[in-house]
Amino acid sequence: MAHEFKEISPNASAGAKVTNWFENRFPTAFDAYRVHMSEYYAPKNFNFWYVFGSLALVVLVIQIVTGIFLVMHYKPDAALAFASVEYIMRDVPWGWLIRYMHSTGASAFFIVVYLHMFRGLIYGSYRKPRELVWIFGCAIFLALMAEAFMGYLLPWGQMSYWGAQVIVNLFAAIPFVGPDLALLIRGDFVVGDATLNRFFSFHVIAVPLVLLGLVVAHLLALHDVGSNNPDGVEIKAPNAPKDANGKPLDGVPFHPYYTVHDIFALSMFLMAFTAVVFFAPEFGGYFLEYNNFIPADPLVTPLHIAPVWYFTPFYSMLRAITSEMMYALIACVLLGAILGVVKARLPGFLKGGIVIAAAVVVLLMLSIDAKFWGVVVMGGAVIILFFLPWLDNSAVKSIRYRPSWHKYLYGIFVINFLILGYLGVQPPSPVGERVSQVGTLFYFGFFLLMPWWSRIGATKPVPDRVNFTAH
Amino acid sequence: MSDTPIDSSKRTWIITSACAGAVGGVAAAVPFVSSFQPSERAKAAGAAVEVDISALKPGEKITVEWRGKPVWILKRTPAQLESLAQTEPQVADPKSDRKAYTTPEYAKNQHRSIKPEVFVGVGICTHLGCSPGDRFQTGPQPSLPDDWHGGFLCACHGSTFDVAGRVFKNKPAPDNLEVPPHMYLSDTRLIIGEDKKA
Repeated sequence: MAHEFKEISPNASAGAKVTNWFENRFPTAFDAYRVHMSEYYAPKNFNFWYVFGSLALVVLVIQIVTGIFLVMHYKPDAALAFASVEYIMRDVPWGWLIRYMHSTGASAFFIVVYLHMFRGLIYGSYRKPRELVWIFGCAIFLALMAEAFMGYLLPWGQMSYWGAQVIVNLFAAIPFVGPDLALLIRGDFVVGDATLNRFFSFHVIAVPLVLLGLVVAHLLALHDVGSNNPDGVEIKAPNAPKDANGKPLDGVPFHPYYTVHDIFALSMFLMAFTAVVFFAPEFGGYFLEYNNFIPADPLVTPLHIAPVWYFTPFYSMLRAITSEMMYALIACVLLGAILGVVKARLPGFLKGGIVIAAAVVVLLMLSIDAKFWGVVVMGGAVIILFFLPWLDNSAVKSIRYRPSWHKYLYGIFVINFLILGYLGVQPPSPVGERVSQVGTLFYFGFFLLMPWWSRIGATKPVPDRVNFTAH
Repeated sequence: MSDTPIDSSKRTWIITSACAGAVGGVAAAVPFVSSFQPSERAKAAGAAVEVDISALKPGEKITVEWRGKPVWILKRTPAQLESLAQTEPQVADPKSDRKAYTTPEYAKNQHRSIKPEVFVGVGICTHLGCSPGDRFQTGPQPSLPDDWHGGFLCACHGSTFDVAGRVFKNKPAPDNLEVPPHMYLSDTRLIIGEDKKA
């Protein structure tokens, strides 16, 4: 697209002349500002749930900047790593602040991202035409988990070491290729110097590059299809009300309206963030686990090891899969197959396929250890999120216009997730194991049965325009 | 799109060169992926370890490092040895028949050792690689069944093992603790990492 060279009046101000000089030479930047900021029309009925995307972006910047400075002092060497972190904490001027910002930022990232995902869940932001926005988002979540996990090894404390040992051994549970794969990840027969070095490389360069690329894709795809809103009304649809210039009447330019909105939220967020950084950086052992202040010892596992809080719901699901639980899962597979054959309107050969597939799955479930299935369940709990756009069959997007009992169901889903998270930080116990097994079944039931339950009940009428009261 | 008819000879060459490029790309990836493998130095570090157990009293356990892993040497008391008969029906693989971590022939017995009282085992849980903790106190206690006869508890995921490292049934860990190749050089000197076959 060729841009016309614009001449400017010789009487124009110096500022206007400079702007014109740049616009003639780099029009792409000016177009981008218009497309993504000053002329990006976002629905005017955003509520506070819509600040977490911007906050996540700010936290990403905090992590990158503090990370750059930490790398200047950190040593990725099994013999030196632990001491170099202590050196940052004690001897580097303001090093403690930079490190606490980075460690608190990791937890803040997950808080903000979980809230951002929950927003998408309740307002149906993953639905057509925003499926790719959601999928890029899930990929960001996955990359973030990898980033957090590998970063956690770097301080080379007891929790770093044994956490990495457990997670790398997850891969070893895969039949046939598992042990070799785990060896390839560790680069040694046990977690050691080679592992630390490569995790450092992934943490500071490989994963952040992927993460940045995904963030760009997430935002570009979002700005192509336009933002959803709490009413789930499409403000840019062909029949949506627009002004004489074709601008949506229910939209406001992202800048200045939502930049101000987000800056306000950012100032609130930074108050909480700095309060944690200055007054409770360990956050009672949840942000920085106490056992990680002990140098890594390959011969002794701490008596109680648990991952950092943001992984614990998934970790609970891993622990829930015992050989007893496998019978419950096999029963679920058989029940699903029977329902598929009896209830579904499918041609006979597909029903035969269901029976054969169920038989194969059950055989595999009986012949491969529960340990492997625990890994499958833990991975599946994240992967299933990618399929959400195709699981939800409700006639409406937003929870506002769904049957009222949906609110309770989503409420139970959140409580269940929190209970799983709580159980994941606790030492294993028979009661906790039972509860986490029920919780795991509920978590998967919520998603796998969604195609059916999302259609049940009467939806409320969706308005033509978004709900908005000026203030 | 242009209306020019497709030049199939050009297209064939484009496909051929793209395939050649892909082969080159895969070939270039091989050294990078290979660099993830353990280095020659890591492979070389695996020498056998010699241990003197003359000072080990019944009921005591020492830990030595072999190939970066903790190896336990536990001198069991007569009561602990008797408990193995009671745990026999409760453990998943009493005869150590499973193949994932092959138990050497000389340890394929109830006490899983050469000398009945001295247990030598790799202190790494066969579930996800934590090092289980000692729970030699018998009787009811947190995280353990009330008829506990002493053994090991992996705090990570709750697997329990008896004093011969045999995993109890319905626990996350599928296998008994690994018994490393080992042999006695004399009555009190033990070498871990080598046995008579090797």
